[in-house]
Amino acid sequence: MPRKKIEKLINKNGVRIDGRKLDELRPMKIEVGVLGNADGSAYIQQGKTKVLAAVYGPHEVHPRHLALPDRAVLRCRYHMAPFSVEERKSPAPSRREMEISKVIREALDPAVFVEYYPRTSVDIFTEVLQADGGTRCASLTAASLALADAGIPMRDLVVACAAGKVEGLLVLDLSDPEDKVGEADVPVAFMANLNAITLLQMDGMLTIDEFEQVVNLALQGCKQIYALQKEALKSKYVVVKEEVKE
Amino acid sequence: MTTSVIAARVKQKQIAQLISRGKRLDGRGLTDYRETQLEAGVIERAEGSARVRLGKTEVMVGVKIEVGEPFTDIPNEGVLTVNAELVPLASPTFEPGPPDENSIELARVVDRGIRESKAIDLGKLCLVPGKKVFVIFVDVYVLNYDGNLIDASAIASLAALLNTKLFNYEVEDGEVKIKPGYTQLPIKNHPITVTFAKIKDKLIMDPSLEEEQVMDARLTITIEKDGKICAMQKGGQGHFTIQQVMDAVRTAQGKVEELRKIVVGG
Repeated sequence: MPRKKIEKLINKNGVRIDGRKLDELRPMKIEVGVLGNADGSAYIQQGKTKVLAAVYGPHEVHPRHLALPDRAVLRCRYHMAPFSVEERKSPAPSRREMEISKVIREALDPAVFVEYYPRTSVDIFTEVLQADGGTRCASLTAASLALADAGIPMRDLVVACAAGKVEGLLVLDLSDPEDKVGEADVPVAFMANLNAITLLQMDGMLTIDEFEQVVNLALQGCKQIYALQKEALKSKYVVVKEEVKE
Repeated sequence: MTTSVIAARVKQKQIAQLISRGKRLDGRGLTDYRETQLEAGVIERAEGSARVRLGKTEVMVGVKIEVGEPFTDIPNEGVLTVNAELVPLASPTFEPGPPDENSIELARVVDRGIRESKAIDLGKLCLVPGKKVFVIFVDVYVLNYDGNLIDASAIASLAALLNTKLFNYEVEDGEVKIKPGYTQLPIKNHPITVTFAKIKDKLIMDPSLEEEQVMDARLTITIEKDGKICAMQKGGQGHFTIQQVMDAVRTAQGKVEELRKIVVGG
């Protein structure tokens, strides 16, 4: 089938189209506490992917019959802005967005001490402002920071990163063109201190050995982002401390 | 705390204790599937259909084919659409209304297995490039819910596709004319889906509803005919270690042939 001819994404020296090495993350910027109204918030920029996350709660559950007697209800909405992609996306939630909202919620749930807040809900909203691959992972990384920023007790930060296979090579943190042309994409979310994988999806085609390598590559990426996450969280509160001193 | 919460905890303890001794409530081993029955071609009006019983879980899949427009970025390929309905008659917990996140996830996991393994030769389903292609609608209809809808739906979908007839046609001046007679829908791979439930650090295959209600997390792995992994999905509120994931992948690889025989035969 004559697909649109795309130039090679990885040259013979193993350098990717955006100049990265195979196991290199895109440049990242993470900020915590970026929104005024939310109880907790975070912004993440991963290459051209830009995501905002906000957390409201724990607060009363609406509608009330959804409340659980022994734990907080975690609710999550992953959503893409209409202008975040090449062709305008309808703002109505798509099936893809609904599935991603579910897997993000299930990836954060094991980290949160939900049993501390029975009969309440914690609402997590993530908005993809610009999409260039890896939006579910960036949303998760930002959402867990927003939870921490909201002061919600957690077992660990959840950090997410994808790895995959492009033009026969295993690569970390796929950009949109790499994801589209690539042979496989494996997003992974991880709680580094607990060695726990809380999100794992895959599409594409990988042998079992390749799959094992790809997951380990993604986990390496997660560990790098984890360090950035902690730094971003600390930097917000260090500033606050200095303000108090004055 | 309501009684239902306490009851669930007692049940989980009991199920977990059994599993730690390698046993399950219904007498199965940890990697045994429930009895699987497959009937193909159950709906004459549909181009393809199948009904699968996995223990008491029952799923029907109907395939309908229409002439439609291709996606603009892949103008020379047919279109595959998978939808799942959790019909209210299948469980007291299913309610009428638009698809909820569970039915969307179910449909998308089944879709991913078929799509990523390239099970349907979509390149052969183009009629007029950029204008007209065959659109394959796979509709998963859950009739009785007793756990592990993903595997039952994936088996039923593959069986229905293998059973699907494509009407003969002729393209004249860009118009598609239907002619008498049928050919088989071109199928070139057989993805098989295996789902594990994790209950207190033990992995079991083909969880029943009782087991699903107490599981910590779920892992679904789809393996194509050459033994490669083509789709995966973690579900549920718990987590896995990398060792558990790799254990699951290797166990799944050993299991898929057994299941593939049920769908594809010998």
